[in-house]
Parts: sequence; C-alpha cells; structure tokens
Amino acid sequence: MLEEHGRAAGGFWRQAWQRLRRNRLALFAGGLIVVVILAALMGPHLSAVRYDSLDWEAIAAPPKLGGAHWLGTDRLGRDLFVRTLYGLRISLVIGLLASAVSLIIGVLWGTIAGYSGGRTDELMMRAVDVLYSLPYLFIVIILMTLFARGSLIVLFVAIGAVGWLTIARIVRGQTLALKRTEFVDAARAIGVGPGAMLWRHIVPNLAGTIIAYATLAIPQMILFESFLSFLGLGVQEPLPSLGNLINDGAREMQSAAWMLLVPAGSLVLLLVCFSIVGDALRDALDPRERPS
Amino acid sequence: MLAYAARRLAAVLPTLLVIVTLAFVVVRLAPGGPFDAEQSLPPPVKANLERVYGLDQPLGRQYLHYLAGVARGDFGPSMKYRDLSVQALITQGLPVSLILGLAALAVALAVGVSLGTWAALKRGTAVDHGIMSVAVLGVALPGFVTGPLLVLTFGLGLHWLPVAGWQPGEPRYLILPVVTLALPLIAYIVRLVRSSLLDVLQSDYIRAARARGLGNRRIIWRHALPPAMLPVVSYLGPATAFVVTGSLVVETVFGLPGSGRYLVEGAINRDYTLVMGMVIVYGVITLLCNLAADLIYGWLDPRISHA
Repeated sequence: MLEEHGRAAGGFWRQAWQRLRRNRLALFAGGLIVVVILAALMGPHLSAVRYDSLDWEAIAAPPKLGGAHWLGTDRLGRDLFVRTLYGLRISLVIGLLASAVSLIIGVLWGTIAGYSGGRTDELMMRAVDVLYSLPYLFIVIILMTLFARGSLIVLFVAIGAVGWLTIARIVRGQTLALKRTEFVDAARAIGVGPGAMLWRHIVPNLAGTIIAYATLAIPQMILFESFLSFLGLGVQEPLPSLGNLINDGAREMQSAAWMLLVPAGSLVLLLVCFSIVGDALRDALDPRERPS
Repeated sequence: MLAYAARRLAAVLPTLLVIVTLAFVVVRLAPGGPFDAEQSLPPPVKANLERVYGLDQPLGRQYLHYLAGVARGDFGPSMKYRDLSVQALITQGLPVSLILGLAALAVALAVGVSLGTWAALKRGTAVDHGIMSVAVLGVALPGFVTGPLLVLTFGLGLHWLPVAGWQPGEPRYLILPVVTLALPLIAYIVRLVRSSLLDVLQSDYIRAARARGLGNRRIIWRHALPPAMLPVVSYLGPATAFVVTGSLVVETVFGLPGSGRYLVEGAINRDYTLVMGMVIVYGVITLLCNLAADLIYGWLDPRISHA
C-alpha cells in the first residue's frame, strides 16, 4: 500500500500497462481495432475499385470467395467490401474527431469550472445540468436541420458539441480534488498563474482519466454517427458510412441479406472491441473506479 | 412531500424555458421564411400573410406570442405539409409512439428486474454467466442493427410475425418493435438490479433478518428487493430519454405511423416548425418522466429529506 502511494510518475504508466497486459481479451480487442483502422485507412487506396464505381455485370451479386466481389455488391453493383471499408473509415474519422472536439470542450470546461470554484463553477455546472436534461439527440437533430446536411464537418462538430457533458463533470470533480493537494498549493506559492497551473499541473494529472473516457467516447460517437446516417440525417449518398449502409441493407434484406449483415457485423464488431478496450483502460488507468 | 415536488418542478421550468427559447430562436434564424415559395408572392399579399401570422411584429412580441402558443399546444403551421398544423401532425402520431414507448418500458422493467434478480440469486452459476453475457451484447447492439436482424429472423425467415406496419388493435404488429426498443434497456436494467441486489444481500440488516430465522423467500421479497429497486427507479429518467430516441429508429425500421417519424422527416425536409414542435413535446415528456422518477425515488427512499 505504501509503495502504491509513493509511486513515481513513470511508475503509474508502467503499473497501468501491467494491469492492462493481464487482460488478454482487451489486448485482442485492441489488436483487432488496430487492424480495422489500418484496413480502413489503407484499403480504399490499395483497391482499384472505388467506393462509387459501378459494376453492371454484378448487380446485387451475393458474396463469393475468390470472385471479383467477395462480400458481394449492392443494388447498383458497387462492391460491398470496398464500401464497408470506406464507411468504416468515415465512421472512424468522425468518431475520432467528434471525440476530440468533445474532449477539448469538456476538459476546458471542467478544469476551468473546478479550478475557479465559487459562482463561476456553479454557473458553468448549472449549464451542464440543463443541457444534460435535454435529450442530446435533439440538439444534434436541430443542428442538422439548420445547417446543410451532408457536410462531414457540421456532422462531427454537432456530435462533438453535445458529447462533452459527461467528461466535463468527471474532469471538474477530479480538478476539485487536485486543487486541494499540496503540490498545487506549492505551485501557487511560487507564483504560477491559473493558465499555467491548469496546463502544466492539473491537466497532466488528469491524463489517465481523459484517455480512459476518450476510448469509451469514441464508440459512443461512432454509434451516434451511424444512428444519424441510418435515419438519413448524417453522411449522405454516394458516400458510405456504416449507418447508411445498414439502412440500405435493411431495405434490401428480403432478397439480399448480405447487404445488411456485412455492415451491421462490422459495426457491432467495432463497437464491442472499443467498449472492451475502454473498460480495460479505465480499470488500468483509474484504479479507484475499478469495481471491487 | 408536496414542497419537495414543487421544488423539483421549479428546477424543471428553466430547462423547459431553454428548450422553448431555443426552438423560437432556431425557427426565426432559419434561412428562408415560411412564405418563400417557388414563385414569389406579390409584396402586398406577403405583407398581408405576415400580418396574419404576426411576423411583422417586433421580435420580443413574437417571442411572447410563441410562448403563449406553446402553452396552448399550438406550434404553428407545418412548413412542409401546408394544410396541416404541427399540432395536428403530433396528435396524429403521438398515440402510436406512446403505446410503443410505454409497452417497451413495461417489458424492459418486467424482464430486466426478473432476470437481474435471477442472476443475482444464482450468482456465479451458468445461469448468471449466461444472463450477463447476453446483457453485455444487448447494451452494445444498437436498435438499428437488432431491428432489421429481428425482422430478418422472425419476419422473413420464420414468418412468425409481420415484417412491418401497424394495425390498430393487432398486438402482433407491436411485438418486434417493442422487443427492439426494450432490448438495450433490459440489458442495462439486468446489470443494475443484479449489482444492487448483491450489495443489499450482503448488508447487515439482511444478516439480521436471517439470524431472526426468516424464510429465504420472505427475506428476498420483503427486505432485499424493495431497496434494491432504487437504482432502477433513478434509471427511469434516462430510460425515458432512451426510449424517446430509440423510437425514432424503431418507427423508421418498422414503418410505424408514430410521431418520431415526423421528427426525422421534418429534419430531412428542414421543416423547422415541425421539428421544433416535436422537440418541445419530446423534451416535455422526457422532463416530466425525469420528474416522476425523482418523485418516486424520494417517496421510496426515506433518506431523502422532503423538507
């Protein structure tokens, strides 16, 4: 227990890695995510077939190993493997960027509220409470109604702009705790200003929590993007995203079940992997939150 | 208790005002006025129309007018369906959505609580592991994946249930939508009930009850289950929000004539008045359910002061 408290900064990350390494399932899921990310980034470049190129010889062709389209084609003769990879790429990029947006807002909001305290804190967290009680989906739908649909920038900003509430609350709580520690007092005593204090002393100490919640936020954002695209409010044809591929597949499933199963399977695999890794990272980096 | 309820209600009002104000600002800021048709109207006609709808008034008065309208349930005319008011569209779809949502909540509570209790009582056995692994999957699977998969299996494959559509008074059409909507909720409630019941079963007063020689059945029903339900009650608020969101997907997947589809179609058609009216209605429903959950919680848990 004593070593636990007196550990050095490097020791924390080593311990976290050791805790993580013991979780075989999480390592496997993490490896799978890396493979999927690489495939999604490189795949569309390596293939001669584009996500929107039509093959009139193979309209709604079923999957065939060794054939030209081994995961089949859709009703316009577009290769489903290429489209799913491209859709994965779009979903991943939007998920990552939206998480980044929500993380930046959330961390800034939470640290400033927690560090300022008093009336500022109360006002800022009251705003979070009010936003929290609105179904966040509506805010995104309002934003998507107002701005041009199909713009990927609007999409991830809109998703990211509503996803920061949880992280802001967590970060604020931890900032409140850190504020009372001696090293922060010491830093203040030697004249460190509030900006430097947050950036140099508070945020680095939140890194573990932030990384863990970021990993849990990414699948949420991907899910959210797919949800919007499924409803026709997100990524627009001919660009594929997992959501609109699933929507297309659901429409054709009576005659061509693979059009639904390929993108739906990819999405589920990705979400399950991310949530396994996220849970493991939270356990490893944030031992206090670990369920006993 | 009454004072507590009033205080909770007072906390809801600012949020409500934020929603309505947001709605007003969005509808007013939206590019394109409601009378910008393909062929432009002669200016006097347009001025007349604007006078009828109060658009020539100062913004402050328009805002008050909008507030008064919303209080009466009047959200203005739909911009897409010219002949219908938003209110008419909502009252057309809302009953279907309410039936769907309430049925899903009821199913989720019944199944979730029973399975969670079963898993907790059979802790560490195959039953427990089985229930919990299904629960993990249930939380991870979104409705727009489970819905089509259920249709594929039970509708197109086995021909047991209708694929889509809605017939009043025909519960068969409701089964798949309700299951799709309830699944993630069931998964979540199972985990809540299991962990809170395990906590309660380890507490001192349960040990005392056992020492007094009470039967197992009586201990679980009378002493352990009621306090173990508290986390479920506090989850009811978020659960409503989830049902509201999920019903958008489920109504789209199964082609149900509910109000969620109007919201989606309204957003696609950029029908501002319809979207904002729907957002207000759904916002109010969510807030009221949150409030109800809070009140039930306060009523059940004697530790919360009502002073």
